[in-house]
Amino acid sequence: MPIEIPIPTVTQVIFLVMALFTAACGLMVVISRNLFHSALFLVGALFGVAAIFVLLEAEFLAVGQVLVYIGAIATLIVFAIMLTRGMMRGRTSPMNHVSGRGALGALVFFVALLAFLKKVPWPEQAQAIPVDESLIAGLGDKFVTTYVVAFEAVGLLLMVALIGAVMLARDR
Amino acid sequence: MAIDYLPLLILIILAMGFAAIAMGLPAVLGPKLPNKQKYEPYESGIIPFADARRRFPVQYYLVAMLFVVFDIEVIFLYPWAVILNRLGLFALVEMAIFLLILLVGYVYCWKRGALDWGGQVRPGDDVVESQVVESQVEEE
Amino acid sequence: MVPLSWYLILAAFLFTCGLFGALARRNAIAVLMGIELMLNAANINLVAFWRYSGAVTDLAGQVFALFIIAVAAAEAAVGLALIIAVYRKRKTVNVEELDLLAG
Repeated sequence: MPIEIPIPTVTQVIFLVMALFTAACGLMVVISRNLFHSALFLVGALFGVAAIFVLLEAEFLAVGQVLVYIGAIATLIVFAIMLTRGMMRGRTSPMNHVSGRGALGALVFFVALLAFLKKVPWPEQAQAIPVDESLIAGLGDKFVTTYVVAFEAVGLLLMVALIGAVMLARDR
Repeated sequence: MAIDYLPLLILIILAMGFAAIAMGLPAVLGPKLPNKQKYEPYESGIIPFADARRRFPVQYYLVAMLFVVFDIEVIFLYPWAVILNRLGLFALVEMAIFLLILLVGYVYCWKRGALDWGGQVRPGDDVVESQVVESQVEEE
Repeated sequence: MVPLSWYLILAAFLFTCGLFGALARRNAIAVLMGIELMLNAANINLVAFWRYSGAVTDLAGQVFALFIIAVAAAEAAVGLALIIAVYRKRKTVNVEELDLLAG
Protein backbone atom coordinates (compact mmCIF):
# COMPACT_ATOMS: atom_id res chain seq x y z
CA MET A 1 0.00 0.00 0.00
CA PRO A 2 1.61 3.27 -1.05
CA ILE A 3 1.80 5.99 1.54
CA GLU A 4 -0.34 8.90 0.47
CA ILE A 5 0.86 12.32 1.39
CA PRO A 6 -2.21 14.54 1.74
CA ILE A 7 -1.99 17.94 0.12
CA PRO A 8 -1.78 20.50 2.94
CA THR A 9 -4.18 23.39 3.00
CA VAL A 10 -2.97 26.99 3.20
CA THR A 11 -3.61 27.11 6.95
CA GLN A 12 -1.62 23.96 7.41
CA VAL A 13 1.29 25.36 5.42
CA ILE A 14 1.25 28.53 7.54
CA PHE A 15 1.13 26.42 10.68
CA LEU A 16 4.04 24.27 9.53
CA VAL A 17 6.17 27.31 8.69
CA MET A 18 5.42 29.00 12.00
CA ALA A 19 5.85 25.78 13.96
CA LEU A 20 9.23 25.11 12.35
CA PHE A 21 10.30 28.70 13.07
CA THR A 22 9.15 28.45 16.69
CA ALA A 23 10.75 25.05 17.23
CA ALA A 24 14.03 26.15 15.66
CA CYS A 25 14.14 29.29 17.78
CA GLY A 26 13.24 27.29 20.89
CA LEU A 27 16.06 24.86 20.21
CA MET A 28 18.54 27.66 19.59
CA VAL A 29 17.57 29.29 22.91
CA VAL A 30 18.90 26.31 24.81
CA ILE A 31 21.93 25.38 22.69
CA SER A 32 23.24 28.83 21.76
CA ARG A 33 26.67 29.56 23.24
CA ASN A 34 26.14 33.29 23.53
CA LEU A 35 23.63 34.18 26.24
CA PHE A 36 22.57 37.30 24.40
CA HIS A 37 21.83 35.28 21.26
CA SER A 38 19.76 32.98 23.47
CA ALA A 39 17.67 35.95 24.54
CA LEU A 40 17.16 37.04 20.91
CA PHE A 41 16.13 33.51 19.91
CA LEU A 42 13.75 33.51 22.87
CA VAL A 43 12.09 36.60 21.38
CA GLY A 44 11.76 34.71 18.09
CA ALA A 45 10.22 31.71 19.81
CA LEU A 46 7.79 33.92 21.73
CA PHE A 47 6.79 35.64 18.50
CA GLY A 48 6.21 32.23 16.90
CA VAL A 49 3.98 31.26 19.81
CA ALA A 50 2.02 34.49 19.26
CA ALA A 51 1.55 33.50 15.62
CA ILE A 52 0.33 30.08 16.76
CA PHE A 53 -2.21 31.85 18.98
CA VAL A 54 -3.43 33.80 15.95
CA LEU A 55 -3.84 30.52 14.05
CA LEU A 56 -5.88 29.25 16.98
CA GLU A 57 -8.06 32.36 16.72
CA ALA A 58 -7.05 33.59 20.16
CA GLU A 59 -6.12 37.06 18.90
CA PHE A 60 -6.23 38.80 22.23
CA LEU A 61 -3.82 36.28 23.69
CA ALA A 62 -1.51 36.85 20.74
CA VAL A 63 -1.53 40.58 21.47
CA GLY A 64 -0.95 39.86 25.15
CA GLN A 65 1.90 37.53 24.26
CA VAL A 66 3.63 40.18 22.16
CA LEU A 67 2.96 42.93 24.72
CA VAL A 68 3.94 41.08 27.89
CA TYR A 69 6.44 38.48 26.75
CA ILE A 70 8.27 40.24 23.94
CA GLY A 71 7.69 43.79 25.18
CA ALA A 72 8.33 43.29 28.86
CA ILE A 73 9.77 39.93 29.91
CA ALA A 74 12.32 39.81 27.09
CA THR A 75 13.42 43.35 28.02
CA LEU A 76 13.75 42.25 31.62
CA ILE A 77 15.90 39.28 30.61
CA VAL A 78 18.13 41.45 28.42
CA PHE A 79 18.59 43.94 31.27
CA ALA A 80 19.42 41.11 33.65
CA ILE A 81 22.02 39.84 31.17
CA MET A 82 23.57 43.31 30.97
CA LEU A 83 23.58 43.58 34.77
CA THR A 84 25.38 40.28 35.29
CA ARG A 85 27.63 40.36 32.26
CA GLY A 86 31.34 39.78 32.20
CA MET A 87 31.62 36.54 34.09
CA MET A 88 30.37 34.18 31.42
CA ARG A 89 32.53 35.37 28.55
CA GLY A 90 35.25 33.10 27.31
CA ARG A 91 33.78 29.98 28.85
CA THR A 92 34.26 26.85 26.82
CA SER A 93 30.77 25.44 27.16
CA PRO A 94 27.39 26.93 28.06
CA MET A 95 26.35 23.56 29.51
CA ASN A 96 26.83 22.37 33.08
CA HIS A 97 28.24 19.03 34.14
CA VAL A 98 24.89 17.23 34.21
CA SER A 99 23.96 18.32 30.68
CA GLY A 100 24.34 14.79 29.31
CA ARG A 101 21.87 13.40 31.81
CA GLY A 102 19.65 16.44 31.23
CA ALA A 103 19.60 15.82 27.48
CA LEU A 104 18.83 12.14 28.02
CA GLY A 105 16.02 12.95 30.45
CA ALA A 106 14.52 15.55 28.11
CA LEU A 107 14.72 13.14 25.17
CA VAL A 108 13.03 10.33 27.14
CA PHE A 109 10.37 12.83 28.21
CA PHE A 110 9.77 13.90 24.62
CA VAL A 111 9.47 10.32 23.37
CA ALA A 112 7.07 9.52 26.21
CA LEU A 113 4.95 12.56 25.33
CA LEU A 114 4.85 11.52 21.67
CA ALA A 115 3.91 7.97 22.58
CA PHE A 116 1.10 9.33 24.73
CA LEU A 117 0.01 11.68 21.93
CA LYS A 118 -0.33 8.76 19.52
CA LYS A 119 -2.62 6.84 21.87
CA VAL A 120 -5.41 9.39 22.07
CA PRO A 121 -7.71 10.11 19.10
CA TRP A 122 -7.43 13.89 19.08
CA PRO A 123 -10.07 15.86 17.18
CA GLU A 124 -9.12 16.90 13.67
CA GLN A 125 -11.59 19.74 13.31
CA ALA A 126 -12.42 22.66 15.55
CA GLN A 127 -15.83 24.20 15.81
CA ALA A 128 -16.33 27.57 14.20
CA ILE A 129 -16.36 30.47 16.61
CA PRO A 130 -19.75 32.22 16.62
CA VAL A 131 -19.46 35.46 14.70
CA ASP A 132 -21.68 37.53 16.97
CA GLU A 133 -19.73 36.53 20.07
CA SER A 134 -17.05 38.95 21.26
CA LEU A 135 -14.41 36.77 22.87
CA ILE A 136 -12.59 39.72 24.42
CA ALA A 137 -15.77 40.83 26.16
CA GLY A 138 -16.23 37.23 27.28
CA LEU A 139 -12.75 37.32 28.80
CA GLY A 140 -13.55 40.51 30.68
CA ASP A 141 -16.74 38.93 31.95
CA LYS A 142 -14.89 35.83 33.16
CA PHE A 143 -12.30 37.88 35.06
CA VAL A 144 -14.86 39.60 37.25
CA THR A 145 -17.30 36.72 37.66
CA THR A 146 -16.07 33.12 37.54
CA TYR A 147 -12.37 33.74 38.08
CA VAL A 148 -12.54 36.80 40.31
CA VAL A 149 -10.62 35.17 43.18
CA ALA A 150 -7.83 34.10 40.85
CA PHE A 151 -7.87 37.55 39.29
CA GLU A 152 -7.36 39.32 42.61
CA ALA A 153 -4.76 36.71 43.57
CA VAL A 154 -2.84 37.62 40.42
CA GLY A 155 -2.93 41.23 41.55
CA LEU A 156 -1.58 40.21 44.93
CA LEU A 157 1.10 38.03 43.30
CA LEU A 158 2.23 40.90 41.10
CA MET A 159 2.43 43.23 44.09
CA VAL A 160 4.47 40.70 46.07
CA ALA A 161 6.72 40.10 43.06
CA LEU A 162 7.25 43.84 42.66
CA ILE A 163 8.12 44.38 46.32
CA GLY A 164 10.26 41.24 46.50
CA ALA A 165 12.19 42.10 43.38
CA VAL A 166 12.85 45.66 44.57
CA MET A 167 14.09 44.34 47.93
CA LEU A 168 16.35 41.80 46.24
CA ALA A 169 17.73 43.92 43.44
CA ARG A 170 18.17 47.22 45.24
CA ASP A 171 21.77 47.95 46.15
CA ARG A 172 21.14 48.29 49.86
CA MET B 1 -10.28 34.05 10.06
CA ALA B 2 -6.70 33.53 9.01
CA ILE B 3 -7.21 35.42 5.73
CA ASP B 4 -7.68 38.63 7.75
CA TYR B 5 -4.02 38.45 8.66
CA LEU B 6 -2.79 38.47 5.08
CA PRO B 7 -1.89 42.21 5.25
CA LEU B 8 0.10 41.52 8.41
CA LEU B 9 1.95 38.69 6.70
CA ILE B 10 2.70 40.91 3.69
CA LEU B 11 3.95 43.63 6.05
CA ILE B 12 6.27 41.19 7.82
CA ILE B 13 7.62 39.88 4.52
CA LEU B 14 8.13 43.42 3.20
CA ALA B 15 9.87 44.53 6.39
CA MET B 16 12.17 41.51 6.38
CA GLY B 17 12.84 41.95 2.68
CA PHE B 18 13.68 45.62 3.14
CA ALA B 19 16.03 44.83 6.00
CA ALA B 20 17.69 42.08 3.96
CA ILE B 21 18.13 44.39 0.96
CA ALA B 22 19.33 47.32 3.06
CA MET B 23 21.95 45.16 4.75
CA GLY B 24 22.73 42.83 1.86
CA LEU B 25 23.30 45.31 -0.97
CA PRO B 26 25.99 47.38 0.77
CA ALA B 27 27.74 44.19 1.79
CA VAL B 28 27.83 43.06 -1.84
CA LEU B 29 28.31 46.33 -3.71
CA GLY B 30 30.06 48.65 -1.24
CA PRO B 31 33.83 49.10 -1.22
CA LYS B 32 35.53 47.65 1.81
CA LEU B 33 38.27 49.87 3.20
CA PRO B 34 38.45 48.94 6.87
CA ASN B 35 40.34 51.11 9.28
CA LYS B 36 40.45 51.37 13.03
CA GLN B 37 38.17 54.34 13.37
CA LYS B 38 35.43 52.74 11.29
CA TYR B 39 35.19 49.83 13.66
CA GLU B 40 34.76 51.93 16.77
CA PRO B 41 31.26 51.96 18.22
CA TYR B 42 29.21 54.95 17.12
CA GLU B 43 28.53 57.20 20.09
CA SER B 44 27.00 60.22 18.33
CA GLY B 45 30.38 61.73 17.74
CA ILE B 46 31.79 61.25 21.22
CA ILE B 47 34.93 59.15 21.49
CA PRO B 48 34.07 56.02 23.54
CA PHE B 49 35.65 56.32 26.98
CA ALA B 50 34.83 52.90 28.43
CA ASP B 51 33.94 49.38 27.40
CA ALA B 52 30.23 49.10 26.64
CA ARG B 53 30.16 45.70 28.32
CA ARG B 54 30.50 46.96 31.85
CA ARG B 55 27.80 46.45 34.46
CA PHE B 56 24.73 48.61 34.12
CA PRO B 57 23.04 50.36 37.06
CA VAL B 58 20.38 48.21 38.68
CA GLN B 59 17.81 50.96 38.16
CA TYR B 60 17.39 49.81 34.56
CA TYR B 61 16.17 46.49 35.87
CA LEU B 62 13.80 48.05 38.39
CA VAL B 63 12.21 50.29 35.77
CA ALA B 64 11.82 47.32 33.41
CA MET B 65 10.16 45.38 36.23
CA LEU B 66 7.68 48.18 36.91
CA PHE B 67 6.94 48.13 33.19
CA VAL B 68 6.27 44.37 33.30
CA VAL B 69 3.78 44.71 36.12
CA PHE B 70 1.83 47.54 34.55
CA ASP B 71 1.95 45.86 31.15
CA ILE B 72 0.09 42.94 32.66
CA GLU B 73 -2.32 45.35 34.27
CA VAL B 74 -3.14 46.68 30.79
CA ILE B 75 -3.73 43.15 29.52
CA PHE B 76 -6.27 42.60 32.29
CA LEU B 77 -7.80 46.06 31.99
CA TYR B 78 -8.57 45.84 28.30
CA PRO B 79 -11.15 43.01 28.25
CA TRP B 80 -12.67 44.44 31.39
CA ALA B 81 -13.07 47.87 29.78
CA VAL B 82 -14.69 46.32 26.68
CA ILE B 83 -17.56 44.90 28.70
CA LEU B 84 -17.67 47.37 31.60
CA ASN B 85 -21.03 49.01 30.83
CA ARG B 86 -22.72 45.61 30.85
CA LEU B 87 -21.18 44.47 34.12
CA GLY B 88 -22.11 47.26 36.48
CA LEU B 89 -20.79 48.43 39.82
CA PHE B 90 -19.51 45.12 41.13
CA ALA B 91 -16.99 44.78 38.28
CA LEU B 92 -15.86 48.35 38.88
CA VAL B 93 -15.19 47.63 42.56
CA GLU B 94 -13.31 44.43 41.71
CA MET B 95 -11.05 46.22 39.27
CA ALA B 96 -10.54 49.04 41.79
CA ILE B 97 -9.32 46.47 44.32
CA PHE B 98 -6.97 45.00 41.72
CA LEU B 99 -5.57 48.41 40.86
CA LEU B 100 -5.25 49.34 44.52
CA ILE B 101 -3.22 46.20 45.21
CA LEU B 102 -0.83 47.06 42.39
CA LEU B 103 -0.68 50.66 43.56
CA VAL B 104 0.57 49.47 46.97
CA GLY B 105 3.49 47.78 45.23
CA TYR B 106 4.16 50.88 43.17
CA VAL B 107 4.13 53.18 46.21
CA TYR B 108 6.52 50.79 47.97
CA CYS B 109 8.92 50.97 45.02
CA TRP B 110 8.74 54.72 45.03
CA LYS B 111 9.36 55.00 48.76
CA ARG B 112 12.29 52.60 48.62
CA GLY B 113 13.85 54.77 45.96
CA ALA B 114 13.60 52.32 43.08
CA LEU B 115 12.91 55.26 40.80
CA ASP B 116 15.76 57.27 42.29
CA TRP B 117 18.67 57.32 39.87
CA GLY B 118 21.03 59.00 42.29
CA GLY B 119 21.48 62.02 40.06
CA GLN B 120 21.83 64.54 42.87
CA VAL B 121 23.51 64.02 46.22
CA ARG B 122 21.30 65.19 49.03
CA PRO B 123 22.85 66.24 52.36
CA GLY B 124 23.44 63.25 54.58
CA ASP B 125 23.02 60.87 51.64
CA ASP B 126 26.08 58.64 51.36
CA VAL B 127 24.48 56.01 49.13
CA VAL B 128 25.48 57.65 45.88
CA GLU B 129 29.11 58.07 46.88
CA SER B 130 29.48 54.50 48.06
CA GLN B 131 27.95 53.28 44.80
CA VAL B 132 30.53 55.20 42.82
CA VAL B 133 33.35 53.70 44.90
CA GLU B 134 31.92 50.22 44.44
CA SER B 135 31.68 50.52 40.66
CA GLN B 136 35.25 51.80 40.49
CA VAL B 137 36.48 48.83 42.47
CA GLU B 138 34.70 46.47 40.13
CA GLU B 139 36.23 47.94 37.04
CA GLU B 140 39.75 47.28 38.28
CA MET C 1 -7.90 22.93 9.39
CA VAL C 2 -4.85 21.94 11.38
CA PRO C 3 -5.35 18.79 13.49
CA LEU C 4 -5.05 19.30 17.23
CA SER C 5 -2.22 16.78 17.47
CA TRP C 6 0.08 19.08 15.44
CA TYR C 7 -0.22 21.79 18.05
CA LEU C 8 0.38 19.26 20.80
CA ILE C 9 3.53 17.96 19.10
CA LEU C 10 4.86 21.52 18.76
CA ALA C 11 4.09 22.20 22.42
CA ALA C 12 5.76 18.94 23.45
CA PHE C 13 8.88 19.88 21.51
CA LEU C 14 9.01 23.39 22.99
CA PHE C 15 8.51 21.97 26.48
CA THR C 16 11.33 19.50 25.91
CA CYS C 17 13.62 22.30 24.74
CA GLY C 18 12.77 24.30 27.85
CA LEU C 19 13.28 21.28 30.08
CA PHE C 20 16.69 20.65 28.57
CA GLY C 21 17.61 24.31 28.97
CA ALA C 22 16.51 24.35 32.59
CA LEU C 23 18.44 21.15 33.36
CA ALA C 24 21.58 21.60 31.34
CA ARG C 25 22.51 25.28 31.08
CA ARG C 26 25.25 26.73 33.19
CA ASN C 27 24.03 30.30 33.34
CA ALA C 28 21.14 30.92 35.74
CA ILE C 29 19.50 33.36 33.31
CA ALA C 30 19.54 30.67 30.61
CA VAL C 31 17.85 28.33 33.08
CA LEU C 32 15.12 30.95 33.53
CA MET C 33 14.75 31.24 29.76
CA GLY C 34 14.19 27.48 29.61
CA ILE C 35 11.45 27.83 32.20
CA GLU C 36 9.82 30.58 30.11
CA LEU C 37 9.85 28.22 27.12
CA MET C 38 8.13 25.53 29.17
CA LEU C 39 5.43 27.96 30.30
CA ASN C 40 4.87 28.96 26.68
CA ALA C 41 4.49 25.32 25.67
CA ALA C 42 1.85 24.92 28.37
CA ASN C 43 0.10 28.00 27.02
CA ILE C 44 0.00 26.55 23.50
CA ASN C 45 -1.59 23.42 24.93
CA LEU C 46 -4.19 25.38 26.91
CA VAL C 47 -5.23 27.52 23.95
CA ALA C 48 -5.26 24.55 21.54
CA PHE C 49 -7.44 22.51 23.90
CA TRP C 50 -9.73 25.51 24.29
CA ARG C 51 -10.06 25.87 20.51
CA TYR C 52 -10.74 22.19 19.87
CA SER C 53 -13.04 21.66 22.83
CA GLY C 54 -16.79 21.65 22.34
CA ALA C 55 -17.32 24.82 24.37
CA VAL C 56 -15.55 27.62 22.51
CA THR C 57 -17.47 30.35 24.32
CA ASP C 58 -16.44 28.98 27.72
CA LEU C 59 -12.99 30.62 27.35
CA ALA C 60 -11.49 28.80 30.34
CA GLY C 61 -8.36 27.91 28.35
CA GLN C 62 -7.75 31.52 27.35
CA VAL C 63 -8.30 32.79 30.90
CA PHE C 64 -5.83 30.24 32.21
CA ALA C 65 -3.31 31.18 29.55
CA LEU C 66 -3.58 34.85 30.53
CA PHE C 67 -3.05 33.94 34.19
CA ILE C 68 -0.01 31.90 33.19
CA ILE C 69 1.40 34.91 31.33
CA ALA C 70 0.96 37.01 34.48
CA VAL C 71 2.50 34.34 36.70
CA ALA C 72 5.39 33.93 34.28
CA ALA C 73 6.05 37.65 34.43
CA ALA C 74 6.07 37.61 38.23
CA GLU C 75 8.33 34.57 38.20
CA ALA C 76 10.74 36.21 35.77
CA ALA C 77 10.83 39.46 37.77
CA VAL C 78 11.62 37.75 41.08
CA GLY C 79 13.87 35.10 39.53
CA LEU C 80 16.01 37.63 37.71
CA ALA C 81 16.14 39.87 40.80
CA LEU C 82 17.40 36.85 42.75
CA ILE C 83 20.04 36.22 40.11
CA ILE C 84 21.14 39.86 40.25
CA ALA C 85 21.32 39.72 44.07
CA VAL C 86 23.32 36.49 43.93
CA TYR C 87 25.61 37.98 41.32
CA ARG C 88 26.27 40.97 43.55
CA LYS C 89 27.21 38.74 46.49
CA ARG C 90 29.06 35.93 44.75
CA LYS C 91 30.18 37.57 41.47
CA THR C 92 28.86 34.62 39.50
CA VAL C 93 25.65 33.45 37.86
CA ASN C 94 27.00 29.96 37.20
CA VAL C 95 24.61 27.48 38.77
CA GLU C 96 27.46 25.02 39.33
CA GLU C 97 29.23 27.41 41.66
CA LEU C 98 26.10 28.24 43.65
CA ASP C 99 26.33 25.19 45.86
CA LEU C 100 26.26 26.58 49.39
CA LEU C 101 23.31 24.34 50.24
CA ALA C 102 24.85 21.20 48.73
CA GLY C 103 25.61 18.62 51.41
